[in-house]
Amino acid sequence: MGSLFRSEEMTLCQLFLQSEAAYACVSELGELGLVQFRDLNPDVNAFQRKFVNEVRRCDEMERKLRYLEKEIKKDGIPMLDTGENPEAPQPREMIDLEATFEKLENELREVNQNAETLKRNFLELTELKHILRKTQVFFDEAEHGGVVSQMADPSREEEQVTLLGEEGLRAGGQALKLGFVAGVILRERIPAFERMLWRACRGNVFLRQAEIESPLEDPSTGDQVFKSVFIIFFQGDQLKTRVKKICEGFRATLYPCPEAPADRREMAMGVMTRIEDLNTVLGQTQDHRHRVLVAAAKNIKNWFVKVRKIKAIYHTLNLFNLDVTQKCLIAECWVPVLDIETIQLALRRGTERSGSSVPPILNRMATFEDPPTYNRTNKFTKGFQALIDAYGVASYREMNPSPYTIITFPFLFAVMFGDTGHGLLMFLFGGWMVLKEKPLAAKKSDNEIWNIFFGGRYIIFLMGLFSMYTGLIYNDIFSKSLNIFGSYWKISYNFSTINTNKDLQLDPSDKEMYLQIPYPLGMDPVWQLAENKIIFLNSYKMKISIIFGVIHMLFGVIIGLWNHMYFRRRPNIIYEFIPQIIFLVFLFLYLVLLMFIKWIKYGPDSDGTDPAHGPFCAPSVLITFINMVLFKSEAESKEPVVEKVCSPWMYAGQNGFQSLLVVIAVLCIPWMLFGKPVSMMYNRKKQHYQLNNHGTENGDVEGGVDAIQPASGIPQGGHKEEEEDMSEVFIHQGIHTIEYVLGSVSHTASYLRLWALSLAHAQLSEVLWNMVMRSGLTQEGWAGGIILWAVFAFWATLTVGILVLMEGLSAFLHTLRLHWVEFQSKFYAGLGYGFQPFSFEIILDAAQSTTED
Amino acid sequence: MGASLLPILFFTFLWGIVGIVLPIFVPKGTNRGILQVMLILTAFTCWLFWLCCYMAQMNPLIGPKLSKNTILMMAREWSQVQFDSTVE
Repeated sequence: MGSLFRSEEMTLCQLFLQSEAAYACVSELGELGLVQFRDLNPDVNAFQRKFVNEVRRCDEMERKLRYLEKEIKKDGIPMLDTGENPEAPQPREMIDLEATFEKLENELREVNQNAETLKRNFLELTELKHILRKTQVFFDEAEHGGVVSQMADPSREEEQVTLLGEEGLRAGGQALKLGFVAGVILRERIPAFERMLWRACRGNVFLRQAEIESPLEDPSTGDQVFKSVFIIFFQGDQLKTRVKKICEGFRATLYPCPEAPADRREMAMGVMTRIEDLNTVLGQTQDHRHRVLVAAAKNIKNWFVKVRKIKAIYHTLNLFNLDVTQKCLIAECWVPVLDIETIQLALRRGTERSGSSVPPILNRMATFEDPPTYNRTNKFTKGFQALIDAYGVASYREMNPSPYTIITFPFLFAVMFGDTGHGLLMFLFGGWMVLKEKPLAAKKSDNEIWNIFFGGRYIIFLMGLFSMYTGLIYNDIFSKSLNIFGSYWKISYNFSTINTNKDLQLDPSDKEMYLQIPYPLGMDPVWQLAENKIIFLNSYKMKISIIFGVIHMLFGVIIGLWNHMYFRRRPNIIYEFIPQIIFLVFLFLYLVLLMFIKWIKYGPDSDGTDPAHGPFCAPSVLITFINMVLFKSEAESKEPVVEKVCSPWMYAGQNGFQSLLVVIAVLCIPWMLFGKPVSMMYNRKKQHYQLNNHGTENGDVEGGVDAIQPASGIPQGGHKEEEEDMSEVFIHQGIHTIEYVLGSVSHTASYLRLWALSLAHAQLSEVLWNMVMRSGLTQEGWAGGIILWAVFAFWATLTVGILVLMEGLSAFLHTLRLHWVEFQSKFYAGLGYGFQPFSFEIILDAAQSTTED
Repeated sequence: MGASLLPILFFTFLWGIVGIVLPIFVPKGTNRGILQVMLILTAFTCWLFWLCCYMAQMNPLIGPKLSKNTILMMAREWSQVQFDSTVE
């Protein structure tokens, strides 16, 4: 039986692989994903393992691929994701891959470097162009304004004009002559630059600046930056060196700028032609880069998969042991017993692929270690299993609560969330996700909240479905009722009675007013309109909360019985299960029984013949229960009996019967507390007489292990436990008993949250309707239609946001608690560890999600 | 005792089919057990939920308290009783 009720039977296996075949075999196992390898060299440093070199090479390849991917993303080229899953390549193909990546990376780097140099050139030329253009304005102004009277420069030389990057400054000169430097600086540095110049040169320089309107690209970072052209006039060598130093300090680039207008014009022409040339070259470089990247983009996903697979294989091979002859690799792995055949087949395929003649050997091994817990889930059960695993992974072969959770979880949720309208919204959302499952799953969204919803799509779907049903029973659709069968309550008053009374309470014993049989499906719609609706609903909902709670807990205890039987823990059945179930049944199931008795025996006294079972004599179930536990009979209680006809008892002999139940239930406590330790002491004494230890009753030795080892004999697992300290057993049993007894009481009360949340939900949706929707519906005329439209939008938003989402979340969490604490505490240990198979699928998914972050 | 046999039989029968008959016909396969458990639990919980609601109303100890307007509306819409509103 490979289903979900218990985790898979696992076995530890030893695997002998020939060195040549090891790679291919592990690759096949990775595709299969059913084997969990154990680390056989835990003491060996990660750097000293056998295949460190290969792993490193893979890391290097991955780095190159990441670089390529980054460049591809930078250019916005779409990466082809065909979703294909190439097999792990042969080790010898690794060299080819490496060569390809190396070539690509080098090519790309070279192209990038060239592009950067070209861009730098381009930038310089553009800046120079701007300088020439802007300074022209300055010089023109100067000529007209006569600021610069004399600017002769004898040492000017023609060649300086063409030397880029060099300082094209004049050498400066006589006292009367003004020198100048021109350059480009980042715009935000201008104020500081100006201040600095003024202070350092004591106001003896003259600065003009103009902004370059279009942003320029910084070649090293690729950012767009705004710059300004400046020109500084000064007098004398000393000032010149000072100015140049300040320019250097502010990272301003200085450019030569000839003084004569004709030279400037000539230089500008030269610059323009060079810019054009550069542009063509730059375009070609970009084209080349694009071609390289497009070619790479086609394969990059494929390459990633290949490299990650190789890396995973070598990581796994590092876990293996080398045998003495160095010809064989030895691995140890956990394997599901049912899949041994499949694994053997995969190994054979691997051997054939590698061309090795020696078949691999898979040996079962005996072990006392606890095997990992492996629950084979499908897309439907996965979400529910995740809910259980979030609490704790089941111990090996323990009863798994998730098959039952599939129904009980949505049901208990729906008891709190019961409203057909809200349930329908939830059902439609869940149903849409289930129907569009494949396209939605292929999208692989990064949105965490969406992923949570999508992962729980079947849970949401079922929760919606059950909420619709419970809503139908509660007769609540957006806080309104359906009147399918027609209310069974009738109005038979005459007009004057109605008119003189503000409100009237219908009498259930009057056959004119009540048909004497209940509405067939769910609540009678009249209750939705009644003013005493809450009084009636509270008594009903509290009762069903306790009824379902007690049944849920009983179910948990019974699942515990299956656990005890499976693990052959006889003392646990006798000293734990039986008293537990007696305690629960005699106290709490009896409480449930009282509720049913009250429903059946007490009612409207329509014939007037049986007042003892009329509405006035119905005893409170809760008071009866409290009196029962306190051994108080009604005669002692202070409450005066209204009429003599009423009896505090629901049936004859109730008092005596109840006392008996309580006495037996209380006796169960010492039974749980001392039963197991005392029997263990007794057994130990017996063992002192007979030397052979045959009665290891508390052996946690699973039957499964027995079956696995055919010849190694009976395991001696019970031996150690004999030395276990007796006091520890007592303490453990004491804690366990107290937990159970107090737990039963508090857990029963805890199920009242079903009532509380259901009440809150119904009230909230009613308030929303009355406060919002009603104001829209009472408007008249055509304007009313428009108001209603707006009011409906508001109401719908609040309904989805608060009633479905927030209330849904709250009910979900309460249901989760009811399952984790109230239900699972009755049987679930949850002390296991999960099965983590070596699977390419898991590894690739994990790698993909980390890179996408 | 105010119970009518028909709805009880009908709903018990309905959920009985879901919870007892259908599990027998679940196709064989790895998920047979899960499907059976699901059907049985669904039928049991839904039936008990319906039953509790039915029984809670079987012998009502109180009747609904209705305001004047509601009573008039109920009389008109549900019982088709016409009061002559001009009469004071």
